[in-house]
Amino acid sequence: MKSIEELKAIKARMQSEINIRGANGDADTRIVVGMATCGIAAGARPVLNAFLEEIQSKRIKGVRVTQAGCLGMCKLEPMVEVFVPGKEKVTYVKITPEKVKKIVADHIVNGKIVSEYVITENAQ
Amino acid sequence: MRELSLNILDIAENSIAARASVIDISLILRGVFLEVSVKDNGCGMSGEFLARVTDPFTTTRTTRKVGVGIPFFKMAAEMTGGTFEIRSKKGEGTVVSAVFDIESVDFIPIGDIGGTMGALIMHAPNTVFTLKIDVRGNVYEFDTMEIKDVLGDDVPIDGIEVINFIKNNIKENFDAVNGGIIP
Repeated sequence: MKSIEELKAIKARMQSEINIRGANGDADTRIVVGMATCGIAAGARPVLNAFLEEIQSKRIKGVRVTQAGCLGMCKLEPMVEVFVPGKEKVTYVKITPEKVKKIVADHIVNGKIVSEYVITENAQ
Repeated sequence: MRELSLNILDIAENSIAARASVIDISLILRGVFLEVSVKDNGCGMSGEFLARVTDPFTTTRTTRKVGVGIPFFKMAAEMTGGTFEIRSKKGEGTVVSAVFDIESVDFIPIGDIGGTMGALIMHAPNTVFTLKIDVRGNVYEFDTMEIKDVLGDDVPIDGIEVINFIKNNIKENFDAVNGGIIP
């Protein structure tokens, strides 16, 4: 099967990466996507997948993408929380795969929060 | 939900929440009837909870008093003239299954089953997931144990590259056995 060969190649790449970076998971930037019924219905799965694809295609290291349940404001889903070590949590609301590209490029890569997608006090 | 795959994701998230160690998902098409089932060995439900689980005002969530995941799935099946069933036993697990008429105008397209599996595996990397697709006898089977056998102990299954691989691999294989039959 051709796909097994592909998986073996990924394995080899990841093994060499693990050797270089070590297991420093705590120092990673963490992206959390809300994945309860409300998030899923609003489009959280394509948002999650867009993060995975952007991070891989731009070869960004030191980022973890995880999932959470309901982040508490269903009508603002899909919601995404970004935790950069040493910085305050940033909560983005009503995210789409298109907006993910900007968040990855501006916030994850360059450290510049995309303020127009950030939750504001009157959004609730 | 705009895709049946999103309903499947939502239902299987309940299995993860029930701390299942094995979750089996199957899509079996016989004639025009598609049976979708999600089976887990999680904590299960009491008879009392099971009896009211299709009621939207029953939920395990703590942020709201409404739970629409199972009612959505049931409605999606019944809209096509299909059926819905849930069986569960406390301490043993739960099986949620629904039958859809794929020729009904109200059939929700299957969507990205690869994306659903990728999201689930990423969320619960230690859980064994199996997927069986059977489209009128054309069968594709996926099992996270097979992936883990290739990866070995030191490369995690929930790495971004591995998840993207799984997602695309399932999608390709699904498209190959489906041949456009299930919309």
